[in-house]
Amino acid sequence: MKVAVIRFPGSNCDLDTVYVLRSVVGLETELVWHKHFNDGDFDAVVLPGGFSYGDALRAGVIAAYSPAMKRVKEMAKEGKPVLGICNGFQILVESELLGGALLRNDCLTFICKWVTLRVDNDKTAFTNSMKKGQILKMPIAHNEGRYYNDLEAIREMEENNQIVFRYSNDKGELTSESNPNGSLENIAGICNLEGNVLGLMPHPERASEPILSPFKTDHGKLIFESMVNAIKNGGKYR
Amino acid sequence: MTIVEGVQVDLKPEELSQAVKMLGKKPNAVEVGMIDVMWSEHCSYKSSRPILKLLPQSGPRVVCGPGNDAGAVDIGDGYVAVFKIESHNHPSAIEPYNGAATGIGGIIRDILCMGARPIALLDPLRFGSIRSPRSRWLFKYVVKGIADYGNCVGIPTVGGEVEFDESFESNCLVNVVCVGIAKRDEIVLAEAKYPGDVVVLAGGSTGRDGIHGVTFASRTLTEESEEDRPAVQVGDPFTKKLIIDATLEILKTGFVHGLKDLGGGGLTCASSEMANKGGRGIDIELSKVHLREKGLSPFEIMLSESQERMLFIVDPKGVETVTEILDKYGLSWSIPGKVTDSKNVRVFLNGSLVAEVPAKLLAESPIIERKAKKPSYIDELKKVEKPPMPNDLSEVLIQLMASENIASKEWVYRQYDHEVGIRSVVKCGEADAAVLRILGEDKGIAVSSDCNSKHCYLDPFNGGAGAVAEACRNVACVGALPLAIVDCLNFGNPEKSDVFWQFKETVRGMSEMCKVMQTPCVGGNVSFYNEDEVTKKAVKPSPVVVALGVLESLKNVVTLTFKNVGDCIVLLGKTFPEMGGSEYYYTIHQIEGGIAPKVDMKTEKRTIDLLLLAMKESYINAAHDCSKGGLGVALSLMSVKSKLGLEAELREANTENLRFDELLFSESHSRFIVTTKKANLDNLLELAKNRGVFACYLGNVISSPQIVFRYEDNEIVDCDLMEIKQAWESTIPSYMRL
Repeated sequence: MKVAVIRFPGSNCDLDTVYVLRSVVGLETELVWHKHFNDGDFDAVVLPGGFSYGDALRAGVIAAYSPAMKRVKEMAKEGKPVLGICNGFQILVESELLGGALLRNDCLTFICKWVTLRVDNDKTAFTNSMKKGQILKMPIAHNEGRYYNDLEAIREMEENNQIVFRYSNDKGELTSESNPNGSLENIAGICNLEGNVLGLMPHPERASEPILSPFKTDHGKLIFESMVNAIKNGGKYR
Repeated sequence: MTIVEGVQVDLKPEELSQAVKMLGKKPNAVEVGMIDVMWSEHCSYKSSRPILKLLPQSGPRVVCGPGNDAGAVDIGDGYVAVFKIESHNHPSAIEPYNGAATGIGGIIRDILCMGARPIALLDPLRFGSIRSPRSRWLFKYVVKGIADYGNCVGIPTVGGEVEFDESFESNCLVNVVCVGIAKRDEIVLAEAKYPGDVVVLAGGSTGRDGIHGVTFASRTLTEESEEDRPAVQVGDPFTKKLIIDATLEILKTGFVHGLKDLGGGGLTCASSEMANKGGRGIDIELSKVHLREKGLSPFEIMLSESQERMLFIVDPKGVETVTEILDKYGLSWSIPGKVTDSKNVRVFLNGSLVAEVPAKLLAESPIIERKAKKPSYIDELKKVEKPPMPNDLSEVLIQLMASENIASKEWVYRQYDHEVGIRSVVKCGEADAAVLRILGEDKGIAVSSDCNSKHCYLDPFNGGAGAVAEACRNVACVGALPLAIVDCLNFGNPEKSDVFWQFKETVRGMSEMCKVMQTPCVGGNVSFYNEDEVTKKAVKPSPVVVALGVLESLKNVVTLTFKNVGDCIVLLGKTFPEMGGSEYYYTIHQIEGGIAPKVDMKTEKRTIDLLLLAMKESYINAAHDCSKGGLGVALSLMSVKSKLGLEAELREANTENLRFDELLFSESHSRFIVTTKKANLDNLLELAKNRGVFACYLGNVISSPQIVFRYEDNEIVDCDLMEIKQAWESTIPSYMRL
């Protein structure tokens, strides 16, 4: 079982993600320079956070057209787990593996803070070790994280169970106070129809060890552990 | 300003004639330009060097002291922590966004070129009154510049401070700190030691930006300074990120013999300092330097301060390996020179010599002995009448909590990514210092930056000592043993004897405190000429001190929030009537004078040692240093942060027969507020007594949302916690909602 974390020029959560996958989750993990990604054979791939290509043009758009993403798309089609965190989510959206867009935060500044998430779909490659309705603590750190899509598409996503994480309060209520960036429907993370491609703005790699959490939690780890289950079960998530 | 060989120079005529004498010839235009830059105050420390010698610079933990790109201290288990502070005051005062951003860029390079991985940034900032639109503009864009740059390069901004005072109105202070971590044997120095080694210039191309940035920084700001905007460089955090990744990969090859970043003074500074340190010479062929545009003159290439450039001194065998790594990251590079045994920096253009200057002459400018004279205001401001006692101390406390210097700085740190790197164990706002873990170890470092310019203005000696004391106290509050400091000394024009007196006194105070605290000063920066030519007013003396401490185990980290209802609150240290420079005098009574807090250095050290010992015994649940706003503010802040109330009886704390306002708001040094379990209270008090530290039990953490201070059972303060929280949280956002 081997997982790749792709480093694009400007990725900056790559080493953090590799550290957590290797030392916390105990998974064989390779940090792969984007140009070398197509040479390897991996069971899953993580697109880490950061500022790929310096956010030139639009966050994630240049990386979306890189040769590495062609291979990522193939892996997605093969049913292998594909995870995009923060800038990785932006790349997944720009490469149309996931729908919608991530716009500038409604407060117009970068925001770095711990938020509360509610799990809305526990049957994906990245949430199969959680329970629907479970409350998670994770930090966000982004400038462009306001999820947007047309309402019809959002309804469709809801019907298909593609909305995986929403910003909520501790009781699981979707309030505007708990929505840090103005995302539509408090959306924090979504998946594809099959549930093997997931993008989220919060950083699970920063929330996988109790020592880093103001709440002494390690909820981020659940995402990576779910990914391990998904690899083991070859696409069956429950 | 003088014109020599058609070049505008800042050197004084007597300095020029000295240069001619040392050089043994009349310098040409390029040589004059190189000497002018290297002998500028910014590069040469020509005024400050004799005074800086006072600071203790060595100790058992010191791996690299001053004179290197950054200081390095041994934190045990084979690791060293590398840290450095710098100023970017002048550029930020006229172009806040790029000025601040390139400040971050520069300080990151300083850490990187020691061979260390940069793991944290801190930003001590000082602006004029927050009521001034110009100050708010500077504040907003300085923070944005730091955020955009720091967030993009992926180094967390974990701390800093913001101080507002009218003296910074036209000359804001933007200091930047970077901390790095390395294995001891990974440390690289900025030296060119072996003739034949190859000079590789990597990263950004050389252009016209930033020419004369350092001479611009070595002058006072004037009305015309806006025209110097082209002297402010433009930052490129994306390229910087690639440089960080590439440099760390290159260093692993073992082919790098020396490394230095190109900052102030550009290629001239980097080549001459490396040659001088290695006792060698360097030849540079300008036609080989990769340029941003055609037609740059030799003068411009040698002095350009274009950003994101590094100079590697490489073993000839390793050039191919090094350049392959640069290619992998898509970074430009060129090989403009080599190390020679000539001891001179020689500059060629298409093979013909255009400049030749001894490296030593460039890197070691003559010292200037400045005159120091005590300014008359020092004694005048001491004579201040006590203001009338306010009727309602609860109201005063709320006003103080809402004052811009005490109010929450969350508006600032929300914009900084303070978590990237997954090392931030104690984050912004959780304690008095940031704690960063060493990945894979149960070990951490703590850092804090501090300075109280109002204290320093009234009493530079104690202000300087106090900055060291406060930074060390803050580091101790999280459970770390302070090991060393770096400093950024921000002052006015050193050619003025009263400014130079402030400088000398401040450094004297810092030196004494460093010696007693056993925290050597391992690096720093001096920023003079922080004054406004029009008003002739200098900034208040601002010696910003960064203390670095080590935590042997992360299990012992302490934060400032109350942990349990019922925990006992204990004050360590005595309170004296030292109201000069206090927030209370400034905010409530608009008084500038008075007696500033003195530092009893031995008591300070003893109190810090006691706190660390009590932590080791696991007596301490929460700790907070008592500084700006005094006892009243410190207690309230702990309450606000933990959303738990408190009740305190202050009679026993009043050992000096103080008025209530003095007792609550004096900013005396050497004090901590700690909490402990009831079962440990007697042990703690006993331990303090044995160690000769004054300690008294004040009261308890309570569940009801109230802050109550009593004196002999009479209530002197009774505040609603939510009201005080609201006051503390809303000040900065309401000013910045533009």
